[in-house]
Order: sequence, then C-alpha cells, then structure tokens
Amino acid sequence: MSIDMSQFHEAFFEESFEGLEIMESELLTLDVGEGDVEIINTIFRAAHSIKGGAGTFGFMNVSEFTHVMETLLDEMRDGSRDVTQYAVDSLLGSIDVLRAMLEAARDNGDVDEGMVAERYAILNNILNKGDEAASNSEAEPVGAAVTPGIAQVWQISFIPHTDLLMAGNDPVRMFRALSELGEVQATVDLAKLLPFNELVPEDLYLCWTVTLAGDTLKADIEEVFEWVEDDCDLSITLLDDAEPRELGSDNDSPVVSTPPQEEITPPPASLKAESTVPVMENSPTKPKKPTEAASIRVGIDKVDEIINLVGELVITQSMLDQAGDDLEANAELSASGDSASQKINADILLRLSKGLAQLERNTRELQDGVMRIRMLPISFVFSRMPRLVHDLSSKLDKKIELVVHGEETELDKTVMENIGDPLVHLVRNALDHGVEIPEVRLAAGKPETGILNLNAYHQGGNVIIEIKDDGAGINKKKVLAKAIEKGIVSSHDKLSDDEVNNLIFAPGFSTADVVSDVSGRGVGMDVVKTSINKLGGRVVVQSEEGKGSVFTIRLPLTLAILDGQLVTVGGESYVVPLIAIIESLQVDRAQINQVAGKAEVYKLRDEYIPIIRARSVFGLDDGVDDLHESLMVIVEVDGAPVGIIVDELQGQQQVVIKSLETNYRKVETMSGATILGDGTVALIWDVNGMVGVHKKKSHKN
Amino acid sequence: MARILVVDDSASMRQMVAFTLKGAGHEVVEKNDGVEALTSAKTESFDLVITDVNMPNMDGITLTKELRSLSNYRFTPILTLTTESSAEKKMAGKQAGATGWLVKPFNPNQLLATAKKVLG
Repeated sequence: MSIDMSQFHEAFFEESFEGLEIMESELLTLDVGEGDVEIINTIFRAAHSIKGGAGTFGFMNVSEFTHVMETLLDEMRDGSRDVTQYAVDSLLGSIDVLRAMLEAARDNGDVDEGMVAERYAILNNILNKGDEAASNSEAEPVGAAVTPGIAQVWQISFIPHTDLLMAGNDPVRMFRALSELGEVQATVDLAKLLPFNELVPEDLYLCWTVTLAGDTLKADIEEVFEWVEDDCDLSITLLDDAEPRELGSDNDSPVVSTPPQEEITPPPASLKAESTVPVMENSPTKPKKPTEAASIRVGIDKVDEIINLVGELVITQSMLDQAGDDLEANAELSASGDSASQKINADILLRLSKGLAQLERNTRELQDGVMRIRMLPISFVFSRMPRLVHDLSSKLDKKIELVVHGEETELDKTVMENIGDPLVHLVRNALDHGVEIPEVRLAAGKPETGILNLNAYHQGGNVIIEIKDDGAGINKKKVLAKAIEKGIVSSHDKLSDDEVNNLIFAPGFSTADVVSDVSGRGVGMDVVKTSINKLGGRVVVQSEEGKGSVFTIRLPLTLAILDGQLVTVGGESYVVPLIAIIESLQVDRAQINQVAGKAEVYKLRDEYIPIIRARSVFGLDDGVDDLHESLMVIVEVDGAPVGIIVDELQGQQQVVIKSLETNYRKVETMSGATILGDGTVALIWDVNGMVGVHKKKSHKN
Repeated sequence: MARILVVDDSASMRQMVAFTLKGAGHEVVEKNDGVEALTSAKTESFDLVITDVNMPNMDGITLTKELRSLSNYRFTPILTLTTESSAEKKMAGKQAGATGWLVKPFNPNQLLATAKKVLG
C-alpha cells in the first residue's frame, strides 16, 4: 500500500512549530537549579512529539537532532542532571537550530550544516560531562543467527501463562502469523487443563509445541512472540537432522548485528514516487507548497455563537416573511372594502417594523461574531517577548524583569501578524536605551532590576498596547539638539515636552552615541511608526527623565471594518477614520491667525494648530476665503493636532474597507474606499497623506 | 472490517494512522488525548485501540490501565505507539495491560502489518 505521506506534512509542520513555541516559553519559565518536573515534562513531551513525527514523515535530520535534545531533557526530568543556566541556554539555542531545520524541510531549502554541527557539539558536550559516562551501548546484538536461504525446521515450545489472554493477545493469531513464515504443525498439550467445574473462562490452560518448516530466521519467530515474551515460557530450537542445538544461548552463534537505523526507515512512499514514476491517479503533479496563513484555529465557542446568531436570523426572517404574507392577504381584504382591515394593517406594520429592528440587531451581532473568528489573543505576539528579554538582558548585562498583562486581549489576525516586528523593535529599544545597567540604577536610587511592562487592553473599538519601562527616560536636550542638527526642526520652534519626545519617530533619527547591535540596526523608530500607521494605528511616547518611558500603540480591532465620520467636500462624501479624529468644531474667525504669509493657524484653547483646507488639497476651487463658521475636523497627525476644513459633517458609520490599490491604484491622500448604505462609493481619507500633500503644495507657493 | 480508536495529540500522526487504516477498509475514530478516548470508549465499542504514549491530560499508559478496568475492554487489543525503543518503556505499556506496541517511526505498511497481527 503506497500512501502519499506529504499530505500530512503541513499538519506536522504546524504542530512542530507550535511545539517549539511551547518548548521555548516553558524553558524560559524553568528555574535553574531544581527545575520543576512538570515544566520539564511539558518540554520533553513537545520534543518527543516532534521527534516521533519527524521520523515518521521522513525528516531524519530533525528526528536525530531532537533525539539529542530529548536525551538531555530526559536526564533533567529523572533528576540525574542538574538544570543549569548553561543547559537551558543551550536548549534555547537548539530550538533555534531546530526551527531552522524545520523551516528548511518545509520550504525544501537548505539548512546551515555548520550551525547544526556546532549545536550537536554543544549538546553532546553537555551530555558527556555527566557523571555517568556515555550511556551503556544500546546496540545489544540481537540473536539472529542462522544463515537464511535454506529450509529449516524449528521447534517452538510455547507455554503461555494463564493470564496471557488478559492483555488482548491471542495464540490463534500468533499461529496464523507463524503460518505465514512457513509450514506449521501445532500439537496441543492439555496437561494443565483443569476439570470443567474449576475452569476460569478467562484463563488459558493450554500449551503448544509447534514445528515450523521454512526458510525462516529465528528473529522472525521471536517477533511473533515479541509482545508475550514475559507472559509465557518460550523456547525456539532448530531441529537439525545433523546436530540439533539449543539456540537459547547466543554466545556461540555467529552474531549478525544490524545498526538500528537501517531497519527503521524505509523512505516514505511519497518520496520514492516523486523521484521515479509520476503517480498516475488523483495526485497533484507537484508537491504542494505550504501556503502561509492558510488556516486559522477558531475556538468552538465562537463558532457556536455564530451558529446561534444565524438561528436567530432565520427566526427573524420567518417573522418578516409571515408579516409580508399577512400584509398581502389583508390587501385583498381592504380591496373588498373591509373596514377592520385598516386596523389590521397598522398591526402588521408594527410587527414589520419590529422585525426590521430585530434584523438590524441580528445583522450587527452576526457581523461582530464573524469578525471575532479572525481575532486571536495577543499572547501570540507577547509570547515572543520573554525569550527576547532573556537573551537581550544577558547580552547587555542588564537585569530586567518582564511583566505582561492582558495577554488574552484579542486582535485581528492580520494586525497581529504585522504588529510583531514593531513590537519587538520597541522592546529592544526599551531594553537597550531605556533600562540602565545595574550600577547606574543603584546609583540613581532605583532597584537593581529594571521592570519592563507589556500591557494590552481594549478601549472603545481599539486595542491599546503599552510598552513601559522604568529606565532613564528620554533625554529631551539630546533629542532636541539632534533633531536640530538633522534639520528635522529648527532652533526657533517652540516645542512641548511631548512633541520633543515624539521627535524620536522622525525619519533618520537615532540618538545612541554608540550604535549597538541590539537596536541600532539602521532601522529607526520611524519605521516602527510607519508600520503601525500602515495598520491604521498610532504610536506615541510619553517619557519622564530618570523615571522611564511609555510607548502607547493604538490599533484598530480589525483591518476590514472601520468606524468612520462621514464628511462632504465639494459635493462628494468622504469617510474620515474615527480613530484619527480628536474633535470637530465650528470655526470662530477670531481664533484664526495668519503666519508667515499664507499659512493659517487656529488657536485651539492654548495651542496653535495648522489649518488645512480639504478643498485645496483635492485641487478644488476654494470659493470661501473667510472661514468663519466653517466646519473643522481636528485630527491627530504625528502626535500633533491638525484642523481640516470640510464643507459638511454627516453621521458616523461603520464601513467595510475596500482596497484602492487592488482595485485601482495607490492614491496619496486616500487609504481606501467603501460603499455606503445608499450604494454610493466614498473614499476613505488618509490624514497623514493629506497633510503631506498640503505641505508640498504650500512649499510650491 | 474493524472499528479502531486512534488516540494521539499530534494531528499529523493521528491523520496518518487514521488515513492508513481507513485505506485498508477500517472504520476509525480519532481522539486527541486519553481523557477524550476514555469518554468515547465508555459509550462505544472498538475492536482495537491504538494510542500514543506521551499525551497531555491523560497519557497512553494511564488510558490503557483505565480501559483494562472496563469490563468490555478486558480483551480488546491495545497497541501503544512509542518512540522509545528501550525495553523499559515498552514494558511500561505492557504492564499497564497493552497488547503490544509499535515503535515510531513506522511507515503505513508496518502499521497495517501490526494491526493485522492483533485483528487476525
């Protein structure tokens, strides 16, 4: 039977990578010294599954490598080896190697053999340092003795213990297996059989002497009895006319020792098939490439909820259906002049409107429910952090404790996939530039160990992620000096503390005197900001010198739906993402100031904010010169408020985002489009882009 | 053909075993761990149980012991899937009441041959 094993590969890789994550996170919680047996067990089990699967699906290098890790874990588990920091670190390093091996296997790529060999050396080194010398040679030669090819007669004396049947073994099946090896003759010995009234029906009282004639190895016969070795007295003798001899003792017989690997692994059927004959029927011509993010795991409660909601929807539908039918029937009545039909009509209409209200609620709940399918707990991303903090703190010689809150906060899968890297960057940054080395901390009167807080929670329709450290904070003087030097701001600009702090997100900004290999990799904070903006989110930093910094990321729950404010400019409706809006107001002429010629600013409470006319950004004729009583939407761009003048403000609405890029092309001022309730198309503003266009235009002037 | 209960926390292994057995015409019920398997064993009957050893919640050894304590599973063949080729680990399964074992890695043919051995 040939089975295409590659069909199971995707599942194997998926669970192996999950297993690696479990191993990693559990290793990080493992205390050096004692070592919690439960934790080691969990790690061991994950390694064990990977090893078993890898062997079965033909990834022998993975299986062998995992075996070495497993040996080490096994010794930790049974207490024969101490859990040292070095061993834990080595295992963590091995996980990286294993991941690389699995990735290479999945993508049909190559793995860095040098790296693997080095890791083998490290692991073996630890293993050999143990008290016990290298484990007793397992390759105990198996007594398989006689030259094949010649017909021989074996005599098997099989005396089962009375409880042999208890484990589900059955002599009949064994004899059947024997009969496949050669010609079998069995004689039964009834000597042990008890009188009928003493018989226990579940016990076995029979013994057999079996002769087997055929071209058979002793090992083949032993294999038949392999599972009952301890449940019977067995002797297998070669009946040779010339010299019958006892084969129970192996000492004097020539020993054929087979290295274990050879017999275990005939390559899986699929591999053979690929390299030789193209498989004819029902098999894809090429091995399928694993598609990334092809599947999503959904909690059963979420699915149940949707089924529930659909049930309600069906009820609502039949209710509306009924009302419709009644209305029709009543229409005939009223046509025939029935006076009561008026009252009935009103009654039906009431039911109808109730039904519609219910439909609206059903639809909204169903939408929420369906969206939740794509939601995953943020622990998917947070789980990478303990390892990162562990590795970095030893690299930087700092003591840092990671405190995580709100791991169960849910976030859209796509947002999740794209927030990982920016988050890692922010954490690196906090460890590298934020938290000080222990001596400095002690001198500043702080505890030696710095604390890095990761926090996630829902607020309105957004997810907030905070990265907070109790380190040195941002050195505002230094940041300002650098920003002026780089020409990001001019020396006369009056900036608030927050504005100075947020300068670190400006393109090309990096204050570290020494660029370390931890965070100074040429990727600045501006890249972090850009990636977060791309997700429709925002990032700001608050910082107090000597006390620490908080980076706050605000993300939309999902990328597919947006809470928007409808506005009108030049007769067209547009959607402004609600997440960007601070407030909307009616312009008061007295608060408008002209600075440096044409640029207008608005005095909002104690702050001057730039005014942008949406009409001029879109190249429309701006008939209005006096902005008095115009409507202004104040949005946040790069952490600072900007006022955008629009013609009209309409309602707020949830819209489904359609990509402009896939349907048309990228438009600088727009982030997408949507279809409104009345069927018209509305574009969705990208406020950052609008400010960009406005700046370009005013520079030209 | 036989009704077989396949227990393994690894989906890929479970799928492989199930696919192979189904291909040979058997009816297969798949379970994730010992607890799930035991629950369904109590309400349904099987001609053969194939279980992984290392599993969360309830491992294969415990499952075997539990099954053997049920009156209708006293003689049902139970095979353990084990990576350990060492005699000690195989014996742990045996002592718990397993009929036999299958050492990982194995290929579909080995699996079928072993199943045949106990199904007769």
